[in-house]
Amino acid sequence: MRSEGNTILDIEDLTIRFSMRQGLVTAVDGLTLSLEEGRVLGVVGESGCGKSVMSRALIRIEAPGTIEKGRLRYIDRNGREVAIEKLDPAGLDIRRIRWKEIAMIFQEPMASFGPQHTIGEQISEAMELHGIVGGRDRREAVVASLDSVRMPRPRETADQYPYQLSGGMRQRAMIAMALSCGPRILIADEPTTALDVSTESQILDLLRERQKALGMSILYISHNLGVVAHIADDVAVMYLGRVVECAPVRVLFAAPKHPYTLALLRSIPRVDRDIPGRLEVLSGSLPDPFSRPAGCVFHQRCPECISGLCDRVVPPCVRLDDGSTVACHLYGGEHA
Amino acid sequence: MPDPQPLLEVTNLSKSYALRGGFFDRIQGNVHAVDRVSFSIHRGQTFGLVGESGSGKTTTGRMIVRVIEPDSGEIAFRDEECGRVDLVKLSSRQIRPLRKKIQMIFQDPYSSLDPRMTVLRIVGEPLRAIGSTSRRATRERVSEVLEMVGLSDEYMNRYPHAFSGGQRQRIGIARALVTQPSFIVADEAVSALDVSVQAQILNLLRDLQERFRLTYLFIAHDLGVVRYLCDTVAVMYSGRLVEIAEKPALYGNPKHPYTESLLAAAPRPEPEKFTVKPPSAELDLGRGGCAYFPRCPYRRDVCSRDAPQLRKVEAGHSVACHFDLTLTNANSSAIRGSENMQSRGSAVH
Repeated sequence: MRSEGNTILDIEDLTIRFSMRQGLVTAVDGLTLSLEEGRVLGVVGESGCGKSVMSRALIRIEAPGTIEKGRLRYIDRNGREVAIEKLDPAGLDIRRIRWKEIAMIFQEPMASFGPQHTIGEQISEAMELHGIVGGRDRREAVVASLDSVRMPRPRETADQYPYQLSGGMRQRAMIAMALSCGPRILIADEPTTALDVSTESQILDLLRERQKALGMSILYISHNLGVVAHIADDVAVMYLGRVVECAPVRVLFAAPKHPYTLALLRSIPRVDRDIPGRLEVLSGSLPDPFSRPAGCVFHQRCPECISGLCDRVVPPCVRLDDGSTVACHLYGGEHA
Repeated sequence: MPDPQPLLEVTNLSKSYALRGGFFDRIQGNVHAVDRVSFSIHRGQTFGLVGESGSGKTTTGRMIVRVIEPDSGEIAFRDEECGRVDLVKLSSRQIRPLRKKIQMIFQDPYSSLDPRMTVLRIVGEPLRAIGSTSRRATRERVSEVLEMVGLSDEYMNRYPHAFSGGQRQRIGIARALVTQPSFIVADEAVSALDVSVQAQILNLLRDLQERFRLTYLFIAHDLGVVRYLCDTVAVMYSGRLVEIAEKPALYGNPKHPYTESLLAAAPRPEPEKFTVKPPSAELDLGRGGCAYFPRCPYRRDVCSRDAPQLRKVEAGHSVACHFDLTLTNANSSAIRGSENMQSRGSAVH
């Protein structure tokens, strides 16, 4: 699913599989999605929908999964196209892209920081590897990067070890490190999931503010529709390895199209209103990963399923007037 | 109608831990994990306990099920069979007959089930722990509770790894139900689940409550989930209760600045205008002051000196704040507090 604009990253027909003892698991299944320059694209979906696997493939850390087919096109600073899917995951070319062009932050910042070096040493090392500034200036650059994420005492924090920081401060340090080499794209995989709500909203605001200031693009992966509503310009909803709907954030929340998106929105208990009676619940559960449903991947749980069609034919992506794209037989096509 | 006497009455419950560090790991002071917490829960009600990590909500729940020993305070449990008993005063032998009445549901459905045990053993374990019933009776009861939580009894001989997160949480709920408890402590029981599964489990908890007139202490950080499930909500901060109210009052008219900030920060599935909030400044807290002082946007001098006590502001609504704030008009309302009158806007230093 794509929209017009200045595309910086283009994913086309991406399929990623994992070879397990019990058989092949298709984690990402013919996924098409594009990220525009200077925009925040939120990707939401429940566990197992393939959102993390897809995002990891963008910097080629998808192993042990393998890219079976599809294209990952990154348009670099000079307007040249880089075919990411063709690069060697351990090679020099992808390493030139990681961090400096496309950086990534994760849910648990301790997984990204080593425990035995100070925050400052690690940010400094990342800068050095990518030839960002040298010598005495680097210490100042590290402090400046910590200051830019509003670390309360940047100079002192640079000399601290990761375990000495709280969860929120560690995530700030992680963001400082990710942004230290001036990437054009930041992939954020659930960076606030482990945080308390007040810390979470501060981190979201910080990311948004840095994104605006630097003009970068963010691919924000989350299971939380509330978080995505807060940070994203556009939202893609994933189910079983496919994007079922993609729309500008206001359109998606005001007029959701796909039955799965509708079901998700209805099943969230709201902090701002009472829900009388029971929560609306999606029937059934995720199908067995080794036997993917034919036709629309959602048809077994869909209240609108048209038998003979949805269980046989994969719905094409349809572009609607309000800017949303939806893969569902209810829209466009012969049944509209 | 709720019973006139509460099922559970917690009074001045406290727990502190020694803070170690420095040379030879010496004791440097005490951390008050839970500090003189009092509340009561009526039969058939759901009492929500909310707060951030480290607020003491989990410790409170664990003291009630007696897996953590309180330093002081009283936990009065009352029912027809045993009358009113203070759980804190009971020895581990005396508490055994009460174990079946008070059960717990845990957060992580992945780590709270022993992978080497079959579903039959996991769910039947509490029956063995209270020293009752034959193998056959256990089997029958397990099959019964599995059906109650929406699982087929064919699953009885399988191991936890064969189940999804939602199914595992159902197994955890079945285990809590097997002894026919009247009171269940649910600690973040749905927070590890995906939203669609979470909705199923929340509905299940509600159905079971209606069917068996269960009483829940529901510990959670998600204020939306708490709003859906709870009748009364208590907010904890830094080991203390800062506000207790019935659900409509707490969500409609929060009185404590911390409750207000939690509600404001909760992510809603609605796009909103982007605003930059300043990160909370870190200040040193003078001893004896309000624990929320360093983060409070309305703080005043008195807050750094005196810790406010929980006091009743309306029927069923108590708050631990020096000022009686009408938080709905944040900028225009006047502080009707002790000391001098001043508008709220200028109370921010």
